[in-house]
Amino acid sequence: MRSFTYERAATPADAAKAVAETKNAKFIAGGTNLLDLMKLEIEAPTHLVDVTRLGLDAVEDTEDGGLRIGALVSNTALSAHPRVRTDYAVLTRAIQAGASGQLRNKATTGGNMLQRTRCPYFYDTNMPCNKRAPGSGCAAIGGFSRSLGVIGTSDACIATYPGDMAVAMRVLDAVVETVKPDGTTRAIPAADLHRLWGDTPHIETALEPGELITHVTLPKPLGGKHFYAKVRDRRSYAFALVSVAAVIQPDGTGRVAFGGVAPRPWRVAEADALLPQGAKAVVDRAFADARPTSDNSFKIPLAQRTLAGVLADAKA
Amino acid sequence: MEFNAPAGQNLFDKAKVVGKPTRRIDGPLKTTGTAPYAYERHDVAANQAYGWVVGAGIAKGRIQSMDLGEARAAPGVIAIVAATEHKPVGSSNFNYAPLFGGRDVTHYHQAIAVVVAETFEQARAAAGLIRTRYDRADGAYDLAEHKSASVIGKGYSGETLDEAHGDFDGAFAAAPVTLDQIYTTPDESHAMMEPMATIAAWEGDRLTVWTSNQMIDWGKQSLASILGIPAENIRVDSPYIGGGFGGKLFVRSDAVMAALGAKAAGRPVKIALQRPLIANNTTHRPATIQRVRIGTDKAGRISAIAHECWSGNIDGANGEDGTQQTKRLYAGDNRAIRSYVANLDLPEGNAMRAPGEAVGHLALEVAMDEMAEKLGLDPIEFRVLNEPEAMPGDPATKFSERHLVRCMREGAERFGWAKRQAKPGQARDGRWLTGIGMAAGYRGGPTMKSGARVRLEADGSVTVETDMTDIGTGSYTIIAQTAAECMGVPIERVAVKLGDSRYPVSAGSGGQWGAASSTAGVYAACVNLRRKIAEAVGMDGDAATFADGTIAQGDRSAPLTDAGALSAEGEISFGDFKQGYDIGTYAAHFCEVAVDAYTGEPHIRRMLSVCDAGRILNPLSARSQVIGAMTMAAGSALMEELAVDPRFGFFANHDLAGYEVPVHADIPHQEVVFLDTLDPVISPLKAKGVGELGICGPGAAIANAIYNATGVRVRKYPITLDKLIEGMPTV
Repeated sequence: MRSFTYERAATPADAAKAVAETKNAKFIAGGTNLLDLMKLEIEAPTHLVDVTRLGLDAVEDTEDGGLRIGALVSNTALSAHPRVRTDYAVLTRAIQAGASGQLRNKATTGGNMLQRTRCPYFYDTNMPCNKRAPGSGCAAIGGFSRSLGVIGTSDACIATYPGDMAVAMRVLDAVVETVKPDGTTRAIPAADLHRLWGDTPHIETALEPGELITHVTLPKPLGGKHFYAKVRDRRSYAFALVSVAAVIQPDGTGRVAFGGVAPRPWRVAEADALLPQGAKAVVDRAFADARPTSDNSFKIPLAQRTLAGVLADAKA
Repeated sequence: MEFNAPAGQNLFDKAKVVGKPTRRIDGPLKTTGTAPYAYERHDVAANQAYGWVVGAGIAKGRIQSMDLGEARAAPGVIAIVAATEHKPVGSSNFNYAPLFGGRDVTHYHQAIAVVVAETFEQARAAAGLIRTRYDRADGAYDLAEHKSASVIGKGYSGETLDEAHGDFDGAFAAAPVTLDQIYTTPDESHAMMEPMATIAAWEGDRLTVWTSNQMIDWGKQSLASILGIPAENIRVDSPYIGGGFGGKLFVRSDAVMAALGAKAAGRPVKIALQRPLIANNTTHRPATIQRVRIGTDKAGRISAIAHECWSGNIDGANGEDGTQQTKRLYAGDNRAIRSYVANLDLPEGNAMRAPGEAVGHLALEVAMDEMAEKLGLDPIEFRVLNEPEAMPGDPATKFSERHLVRCMREGAERFGWAKRQAKPGQARDGRWLTGIGMAAGYRGGPTMKSGARVRLEADGSVTVETDMTDIGTGSYTIIAQTAAECMGVPIERVAVKLGDSRYPVSAGSGGQWGAASSTAGVYAACVNLRRKIAEAVGMDGDAATFADGTIAQGDRSAPLTDAGALSAEGEISFGDFKQGYDIGTYAAHFCEVAVDAYTGEPHIRRMLSVCDAGRILNPLSARSQVIGAMTMAAGSALMEELAVDPRFGFFANHDLAGYEVPVHADIPHQEVVFLDTLDPVISPLKAKGVGELGICGPGAAIANAIYNATGVRVRKYPITLDKLIEGMPTV
């Protein structure tokens, strides 16, 4: 870990300005991901802007019946919120499938959306990695890639977005609200937040330098049955090999997003439309352009089987 | 004391303390966080500086250059000891890979420098400023690829691992029912909770290391040979150890780098090896490829059995010999048992909990299940049918005690084996496919010379000092029980001091020999102390009885305090008579699993192990040992795998996020039963260790249960869901 300077921001706009104006600066909130990466020198910010005192910790009803979640609401608090449990159960289930109680107490809504990949080569600074050291190459391609991406990847990077919460946010069509260094705000659909890697896997999101997530807003409830099926090698405290976030209506229509397979929570509108036809039709469409490795090609049949289990439970 | 013949009746047969469930005497220290573990011994040496170990970024080759300037100038840095500026340290009998020094790199994350600074953070930050350039060399990293170039391996005593009886090839060819299968197990990491950690301090040419090590005297001798200083100038102290599993049998780089760093800094230096370094810097259990062939007559009697095991290790070193249980478990006149080692340039392979047998059972006991199915026999009946009366192929060698059939019968009764559906894939519970499996288990019952010093204090209390270690196993408590029994005092009146090289040399903790050997050593010292006490009060120590804080002979009795403060040393050594016996521990392991019919996730529902290990010294801590081992076996069956990247020659998943070990949710219910057996051949206490028996077999029971549930036989461990869904019906 390198030495760094630290400041505590007074307002969201001040925080954004401070990060934009200071070379190599980062926001810090719960720190559950950033501090680990700093200890390993995968991240080496020279300045940290602490956003934990900005408020932004409320969960409020919106006028259209939705929910506006402050970026600093902890994973624990969000998953336990009565309206989340009642109206957005897929979100509660996704959050509680992730990490551990202690980590969920510290992890924030905004920070969790920006969780970085768990690719083992990203984590070893002796290894080439286009995400960590742009232009150095990708050691994961041709390497140990069992946990890595099968779709939306590129010749420069096959990492995944590893989290659970954002997969539920994607299926709920959440919208990320931000403030920019100049004080203006904007709304980014969850669908557009995470970029596909392309040639620039070190640029992971649509956020501009210094742009700070202030809220995540959920549209009005969808009804239906909510599922988050997370498949992994051990029963707790492990990242998903594949996860399925789904909201299924009584008539068999619905929405589905897949985690653990791509640079972002993977949802394809045309695949959603095929839900009444069953898991095979959905997965064939959603993964039509998949480029798995020999280590991780199992993720596609696994996604289908996992969705089939969800659809069977939805009928039960 | 020489143990030269099987034990007769002795005081342990009327024991009041030994053999009774006894809470750990060190429990309060551990539950209150006050047991002093190596890295937290702030009080033992003033002015401790912090060391950070730098690991090599290549697996094989040579260091071209190390640019240390920026790091040396970094804030707080006191000293840097770098490979390019230091000659290679010496080797020891117990290390195969070089621990430090010189430009040659023989494995990934080999220590190439230690940075010593005023704070941990400064040492870590400065280490990040070292720029190292390498000339990378090609290496051999893939066992399957290099298997053909392997040679017959050697066992711990240097014996050749190539044993044949009768005519295996002929008998196998003639057998009406045969099995010929290959099983593979991956490299595994000890993944103990406490990392390797050491504080080192020099006083002139004398070195003290406060460390975390299972074998104090080995550690002392090794450090002497590695550092090139006399062993008598070294003190090793390791009273509490946060798990070892064999990874701490030997001196590792933390101790060496702390010693070199402290020398260079002129101050005590503390190092905890960083978690991401542990998989590649230290040792691991090598991967295996195992071929098992079994031939029987139509009734299921084994006529031919062969077990061949291939593993790899760094040049010249022993491999993972998965064949030892196959020499003993089942009868059969025609046998071929061989273990091969290939040279690989991966990090050093070395002992990990039940080296050999832990993975050997994953092959043999699944092969037995497969064979039983071919024969249409119940897996237990097939095993019982082939129970040998003496060492197979060597009838002159008797089993000292062996109650495997009883373990299987009792386990079957308790577990509800009769409810098992013989045909796989038949039992369904909602979305779950359920199944039951079992396996037999064997692990040796070795003993090692072991010494202790026992003091009668002026107040009548008793203190035991021995360099025996407690690696979480419960040594403190069984030693206190032994001393309390022998001296006739309540266990609360016994203090136990362990893990210091200033105390008499013990067997240490390894190979499941610690409990049997160290308690016998304490007994030997107690016998000597009893004689001294008796002499002091005018009695005969061998005829007197010791109970309730008094010594009594005939109609005379006296409180122990009448003898005053006295001290005696003693040592147990074990005679050649044991060579006529095969001394082992046996178990039958059972498991019920549920496999998700959709996702293929294999979940354990319940496990049972019935163990035959002689007298159980402390049923509480012995149970903890066995359930811990069953958990580790579950890890090896279901998830643990160091992933070799053969391009770079390293284990890629080198942290606890990537190398998954079981969590609580994976292990819902475990039961352990100990048979009430005694083994007079092993020691005066007739007790054998159990800490490794518990990892020998449960993994195969899980594998057999998964097959019973799904009808999918996975022979490539770990049995992860991707290997199951390939063979499972579509959903």
